[in-house]
Amino acid sequence: MGFLDYAPAPESTSILNLKKSYGLFIGGEFVEGSGPAFATVSPSSEETITMIAQANDADVDKAVVAARGAFSKTWSKMPGSERGKYLFRIARLIQERSRELAIAESLDNGKPIRETRDVDIPLVAAWFFYYAGWADKLEYAGVGNNPQALGVAAQVVPWNFPLLMLAWKIAPALAAGNTVVLKPAETTPLTALLFAEICQQAELPAGVVNIITGAGATGAALVGHPDINKVAFTGSTAVGRGIARNLAGTNTRVTLELGGKGANIIFDDAAIDQAIEGIISGIFFNQGHVCCAGSRLLVQENIHDDVMNRLQSRLSTLRLGDPLDKNTDIGAVNSKAQLDRITEIANSGEAEGATRWSAPCELPAKGFWFPPTVFTNVQTSHRIARDEIFGPVLSVLTFRTPDEAVAKANNTPYGLSAGIWTEKASRMLAIADKLRAGVIWANTFNKFDPASPFGGYKESGYGREGGRHGLAAYLESGNLKGGAK
Amino acid sequence: MSRLNIPKTYKLFIGGKFPRSESGHTYEVTSSKGTFIANAALASRKDARDAVVAARSAQAGFAGLTAYNRGQILYRIAEVLEGRREQFVSEIVTSEGVRTGSANKQVDDAIDTWVWYAGWADKYAQVLGNGNPVSGPFFNLSTPDPTGVVVSLAPQGAQSQSLLGITSVVAPIIASGNTVVVVAHHTQPLSAISFAEVLATSDVPGGVVNILTGDPAPIMPWLAAHADVNALDLCGGADLEWVSWTQDAAETLKRVLPPHDGIPAKELARLGFFTELKTVWHTKALG
Repeated sequence: MGFLDYAPAPESTSILNLKKSYGLFIGGEFVEGSGPAFATVSPSSEETITMIAQANDADVDKAVVAARGAFSKTWSKMPGSERGKYLFRIARLIQERSRELAIAESLDNGKPIRETRDVDIPLVAAWFFYYAGWADKLEYAGVGNNPQALGVAAQVVPWNFPLLMLAWKIAPALAAGNTVVLKPAETTPLTALLFAEICQQAELPAGVVNIITGAGATGAALVGHPDINKVAFTGSTAVGRGIARNLAGTNTRVTLELGGKGANIIFDDAAIDQAIEGIISGIFFNQGHVCCAGSRLLVQENIHDDVMNRLQSRLSTLRLGDPLDKNTDIGAVNSKAQLDRITEIANSGEAEGATRWSAPCELPAKGFWFPPTVFTNVQTSHRIARDEIFGPVLSVLTFRTPDEAVAKANNTPYGLSAGIWTEKASRMLAIADKLRAGVIWANTFNKFDPASPFGGYKESGYGREGGRHGLAAYLESGNLKGGAK
Repeated sequence: MSRLNIPKTYKLFIGGKFPRSESGHTYEVTSSKGTFIANAALASRKDARDAVVAARSAQAGFAGLTAYNRGQILYRIAEVLEGRREQFVSEIVTSEGVRTGSANKQVDDAIDTWVWYAGWADKYAQVLGNGNPVSGPFFNLSTPDPTGVVVSLAPQGAQSQSLLGITSVVAPIIASGNTVVVVAHHTQPLSAISFAEVLATSDVPGGVVNILTGDPAPIMPWLAAHADVNALDLCGGADLEWVSWTQDAAETLKRVLPPHDGIPAKELARLGFFTELKTVWHTKALG
C-alpha cells in the first residue's frame, strides 16, 4: 500500500430506512401511481434501491388539482410570515436529516459522499433558510409594490444534483406564495421522496408540495398541463426548446436552465497550482455532470505544456470508486444511457484528430464508470469543443491574446458559465465584462450560494435562480406580463 | 405663382445609412383620408438580414460606451427631436388625421420618453443589479448586461401613435446598450423614417437603431428565427402571427416579450426585460 492508497472508509447505509416502494406524493399523502412502477438503481453497483411509482396523465392532473386547491384555499391566503416559518421548519429538518439525505443521494446518483455531505445537502438547507426569510418581505424583491404569486408552478429537475435542484425550485416558489408539482429525474427520485416525508414532518399544508415520479412522458404531461401558471425546467437544451415552443402564446411564465459549454480561461500569470485545482473542480466535480462545467479549457499558449503536465499529474492522484467511501473523489456516471453518450462523444474526439489522455485508474467491474479524460490538440470545430458532453471529459484549446480568449470563449450558442484565472484584477474585470455568460468565476469555479443568482445567456436558457432575482421568477407585478423569461 | 414643393423620398435606415429596399419594392402610404402621400420602401427579408448584420456589428461598441455617455446620446435624441417638432407635427397631422394639438401632445410624449430613458442609462444597473452576501470569502456582484441584438415590432393599428410608438419600444431597448432592428408602423411609417433623420443627426452610432418599413408579416418570421438575434419585442403583434413567431424564436431560445395593447408605458421592467444578469465571483484572500 503506497502512501496515496487509503484503506476503504465507506459510510454506513444503516441510517437509511427506505421503504420497499414509494408512491406519488399528492395532496400531502403517498398514493399509488397508475403507471407501471420502475426500479431506481444504484449506478455504482447496478443494484435496485427501491421501487418507484409512475405517474400517468390522470395522476399528473390529480397533482395539479391538489396544488391548485392548496394555492387558492390555503397558501395564497396565509400571511408571508407563516409561510416563512414552514420553510424554516423544512430547513431545520433537512439539517437534522442531512447525513441520511447525503447517503441516499450518493447511493441513488453515484456522486461521492464527500460532495453530497459537504456541498449538496448543506446547500439544500441553506437554500430553504435563505428563501424562508424572503416570504414576508416580497415587496422588497424589486418587482414592484404589490408582488403577487403566480399560482401553480410545474417544476422538472435533472439527475445531476437531485435534491439541490429541488431546493432551487421549491424554496423560492413557496416563499413567493406559489404551490408546486415537482417531478424529479427518472434515475434519481429517491431524495425527492424523502423530501416529501420531510414536508409531512413539517406539517406543511396538504397540496402545497406535490412530488410525482416518472419518465419523460410524465414531465411532458406536467409542463403541458393547462392549469399551471409557471414552468421551471432544468435539463437539456433540446427539451427546453420544446417547452418554449409548446408554451408560445400562453400566459404561462417560463424559467429554463439548460445546457452549457463553459470556458475556463487560464492566463500565464495565474497561480498555476490553484488553477489546476480550479480546472479539476470545474470539470471533474460531480463526474462532470454539471451544466455550468468548465468543459473547455482555454490555456495561454506559452504555459500549455506546463499546465498539462501538472494537470495530468494531479488527475493521476484522484480516487475513483465507491461513492459512499469518504475518500472517493470521482464517483459513478449516473446511468448506462449517460455513460454511452459520454463514450460516444469522447470517441468522436479521437476520430476527429484530438489527442486523448485518461487518468490511470482502475474501473470497478460493476456499475457505470468513466475515467477523468483530457483531450489536447482540440480544434474549435471538433464536437468535443462544441457539444455538451455532461461527463468527466475536458477539451483543451489554446490562445495567445486576451481578445482571442474572449472570442473563443464566446464562440458557442451557450452562455451559462465561464472561469478566469489571472492574478491581475484589472484584466479579470475587463475579460468578465466581455464574456457572454451568466455566471463568471474568477480564480474559483463551481461555487453556488442561495444569495447568488444563477442562469444563462443565449441558448443556456432564461431566468435566474438564487438571490432576489430567483424570487422574482415566481412573482408578478406591474404591467409587463408574461414573456419567455 | 406658387412654388412647386420638393417631396421627400422615404427609405430604410440600416447601419446609419438610408438605403432603398434591395428588392426595389415600395408601397403607397396614404393620409387618413386616403390620398397619396408618399411611396415608402417595402423591406424584404434580405433587408431584414442586412439590418441584423448592422445591429450585430454595432452592439459590442455601443454596449462598451460608458453608461453616462449612453445617457447623453439618448438625451441628445430628445434635443434634436424637440428642434424638429414642426416637421413631426405636420407629418402626424397628415398621416394620422389628428388635430395639431393632439400631434403636438404625441411629440411631447415622445420627447419626454427619450428623456426618461436617458436618465435610466446610468442608474438601471444599480436598481436591477445586486451585491450578494455569499457564505464564503468571495466578492460577488450581479449586474445587468444588454441582451444583444433585439428585434422589435412597433405598435400597429389605427389608433397607434406612430412616433410615440416607435419611441416607446426603441428607447428602453437601447438604453442598456442593446442594438435594435425595429419594424415601423405598417401603414403610418413616415414619422419613423423622419425619426431616422433625427437619429442620424444625433450622436447615435450607425447600426444601433435600424428601421424597416413595410409589411411585418413576410419579414417577421425571418427575424424571429434568425440565429443572431437574441430577443424579440412583439409589442405591435397582437393582430398578427405573433404566436407562430414565438414558436420560431424557441429554436434559439430567444427572450420574447409578448404583444402589448396600445403604447407601452414608460417602465423600468421593459428596460430590464432586455438585459441579462451576469454574476461575477472573485476570491478574497483569507489573511
